[in-house]
Amino acid sequence: MNSVFLGIPLLSVIGGIMIGLAAVGLYYSLGRIAGISGILFTSLGRNGGMWRWMFVGGLISGAGIMAQLLPEMNVVTRPNPGLIVLIAAGLIVGWGTRLGSGCTSGHGVCGMGRLSIRSLAAVGSFMAAGIIMATFVRHLLGVA
Amino acid sequence: MSIRYHQNIQPLAGLLAGFLLGAGLLVSGMTDPGKVLGFLDIGSHWNPSLMGVLGGAVMVSLLGFQFAKKMKHPWFDKQFYAPTKKEVDQPLIIGGLMFGIGWGLAGYCPGPALAGLALGNPEAPIFVGAMLLGGVLQNWWATRNK
Repeated sequence: MNSVFLGIPLLSVIGGIMIGLAAVGLYYSLGRIAGISGILFTSLGRNGGMWRWMFVGGLISGAGIMAQLLPEMNVVTRPNPGLIVLIAAGLIVGWGTRLGSGCTSGHGVCGMGRLSIRSLAAVGSFMAAGIIMATFVRHLLGVA
Repeated sequence: MSIRYHQNIQPLAGLLAGFLLGAGLLVSGMTDPGKVLGFLDIGSHWNPSLMGVLGGAVMVSLLGFQFAKKMKHPWFDKQFYAPTKKEVDQPLIIGGLMFGIGWGLAGYCPGPALAGLALGNPEAPIFVGAMLLGGVLQNWWATRNK
């Protein structure tokens, strides 16, 4: 794959720009932060709002349709970690993103773009925990 | 512009933004948890894809949110809904650390996990189900301890 520099694939930057445009587009049009965890969990509530349902549906179908155009990008290049790890990881991602008011999209893409101190702190926290977990703990647990 | 008109166009704007975001996740390679873990795992063959994605996305949002300061209100609503809270508190950090632990364990954050539902990835429905349950449990726990 073509690299921009330092081995960063060109497609990753193009995809990132698309994600950034989607976030800015949602803010210009509806004044909302494109935080996926926030939108997803609020959509489950009583005042979910039609736009949230459509956003979640759009996200899923956007990925599905793009996968038809770029099938080589629709891959999983690590072994399946198994049911227990998937469920445990899902539970703490759900709990953590609610407690911490956001995930990679809300704090990472939107929050850092807005130069929010809270989001910078959140990104530092989940990056640090993610790096420690992926670098050391997964190897100890034998999860490849 | 009437409120009624806004109500009709808001779902369409949500759909388009979600669609572009989902397509971007696939193009960027972030729907592959192997690339995400390849970035977070600094011990093995380091994969810089995530840096390219976040770099590209933040570059656009930095510019975009600057321009938004000149707007009185969004195109299809009366006001902006950006969070106003300023202080870095304990729930933010604990929540961030918890999210990072799960992210570094399986390689999924919420967006790519949702996208995986349309990609025939058998891990995605399991992870998404557990994630929804985790969020609902947190909400129940927070309400109970209020």
